[in-house]
Amino acid sequence: MSAPAAHLEALPRSVNFILLLGLAALALFPFAASDFYQQMVTRMMILAILAMSLDLLQGVTGLVSLGHAAFFGIAGYALAFLTPQGEAVSLWWTLPVAMLAAGAAALVIGFFVVRTRGIYFIMVTMAFAQMIYYLVFNNKALGGSDGLYINFRPDAGLFDLENKRVFYYFTLACLLVVYAFLRRLLWSPFGRALAGIRVNEHRMRAVGYGSFGYKLSAFTVAGALAGMAGYLWGAQTGFVNPELMGFHMSAQVIMMLILGGMGNFAGAIVGAVAFEAVLELFKDLPSFGGFDAGKHWQLWIGLFIVAVICFAPRGLLGLLQRVTGRWNVDHD
Amino acid sequence: MPTTAERSAVFYGFSSHLDDLVDFANFLIQLLNGVQYGLLLFMLAAGLTLIFGIMGVVNLAHGSFYMLGAYLAWSLSSHLGSFAAALVVGTALSVVFGLVLERVLFRHFYRRDHLDQVLLTLGLIYVFEESRSLLWGDDVHGVPIPPLLRGSLALTDTLSYPFYRLFTMAVCVALALGLYLLISKTRLGMKIRAGAFNRDMTEALGVNIKLIHAVVFALGVALAAVAGMIAAPLSSVYPNMGSPVLIMCFVVVVIGGIGSVRGALIAALLVGLVDTFGQVLLPQIASMLVYMLMAAVLLWKPEGLFRS
Repeated sequence: MSAPAAHLEALPRSVNFILLLGLAALALFPFAASDFYQQMVTRMMILAILAMSLDLLQGVTGLVSLGHAAFFGIAGYALAFLTPQGEAVSLWWTLPVAMLAAGAAALVIGFFVVRTRGIYFIMVTMAFAQMIYYLVFNNKALGGSDGLYINFRPDAGLFDLENKRVFYYFTLACLLVVYAFLRRLLWSPFGRALAGIRVNEHRMRAVGYGSFGYKLSAFTVAGALAGMAGYLWGAQTGFVNPELMGFHMSAQVIMMLILGGMGNFAGAIVGAVAFEAVLELFKDLPSFGGFDAGKHWQLWIGLFIVAVICFAPRGLLGLLQRVTGRWNVDHD
Repeated sequence: MPTTAERSAVFYGFSSHLDDLVDFANFLIQLLNGVQYGLLLFMLAAGLTLIFGIMGVVNLAHGSFYMLGAYLAWSLSSHLGSFAAALVVGTALSVVFGLVLERVLFRHFYRRDHLDQVLLTLGLIYVFEESRSLLWGDDVHGVPIPPLLRGSLALTDTLSYPFYRLFTMAVCVALALGLYLLISKTRLGMKIRAGAFNRDMTEALGVNIKLIHAVVFALGVALAAVAGMIAAPLSSVYPNMGSPVLIMCFVVVVIGGIGSVRGALIAALLVGLVDTFGQVLLPQIASMLVYMLMAAVLLWKPEGLFRS
């Protein structure tokens, strides 16, 4: 077995500068873009929150979960379930409740899964997510395979989330809060312990860290944060269905994370944005002769992912770091 | 398109309920169905666990090989006009497919991180799924049971069991036996086991480990494809049919213990029986039962029943 992939916890200044430019672009974007693109970028930011939450497990703690979408979906369903047919529901208590629901589910499932390691963990998380998928899929009260509609976006009181631009900035604010929270967490003693578990769990246990509790906490926090993304997703699209918690959703989050680069949360944002952009690009491909290339976007995304893993295993941020490394003198 | 529940009903082949089961005869039928489903799962899980145990490769695209087998069975049997010929040609094609795939892609991933393997095979799922769509379209197809295997065997005066299901059991048992003999009794099996234990040392002793890995990989692909081929007349052939199968394989491997072929056999039979009887006795929560079984095993033995 090879050594774990290199991680990029402390980014060089040049990369940080480029990321800051990206943030400025995000802040100004609604003024330059049409409704369609504004909604697309809102979706990217929601997925970036989801990808960051998985990064806490995958990039920081070394736990690759193939069932992370379960918690994303649970919170979306929580919002759908709490929203009455004819009116909006307050953001201020439903968001915490949805995140708690996702976190509680993660705590219960985590109790079973964090006892396992490596490839076993991948399989078990996928199986548990599938169990939740079937639970919803076969439940008439939750709309079964048809899903549920959320007719009204949550009511925030102070600002109007029905306004697309307001929703965009609210999502951006959530993204920044989660990023700041996770960065803070990463450099706290708790985060250092998680990173230690990734590098060598046996050593951490020998030094006296009960790795079970740390991993379970990470799994729960990651589940709750995925819940925030799921809540926002439900609010934006006004619709939830079992596919939100399905295998392909979980798989796509992993792809985003590896595409961007793991271990420092910025990679998760870059990966989510890039993955969605590439997806849109492939879906928009023109027809060549009688061959409708856009219709077969799954083929291109598959080949793209295979190419990434063959040629850029450290993701886009790793690639960026290698390119900027040439004019980057201060290695910190 | 049929729902998952309908598909599984076809796949497991039952339609009875609690009161029917009072009858011992029906109990026997369910038992046979459970064993038959379990044996089919075993063929799939054995390939998955073999490839992992020997090469250390996580293969999420294993369900796609099952799908490939089913589509080959449908396509070849309608072109060749014979299910038996389709089985032979289909097996040969899937072995070639496995060898090419190993050579072009998987070979370069043996020593890489599991995460890289996960991503590679996730990408491949999309490639295979869409290639299937381009090659064979998105319709659901039935594969007729070959004439020789139609009809059923009379077990008692009132009770009979379809020949075709008995045939699938026979194929699975024969392959399981063959696999056991290959790995534990032959010279090649000895080299395979040595290579899994210590790759470099085995290579230093003059064993062509690259060739052995290629053979094992192709064997794993062929096992999944053959399972798909013989399941095709029972389950019909439809898009995305690999995903639920892959997940069931994971459940089996988690329960049995990764890398253990014996564990896979016992876990597959257990899953097959729990699922089949669950559908009859507790239809409301049937789709959850195998996962509950998995959770219980994990609580008791986090590494599975027979971790090798």
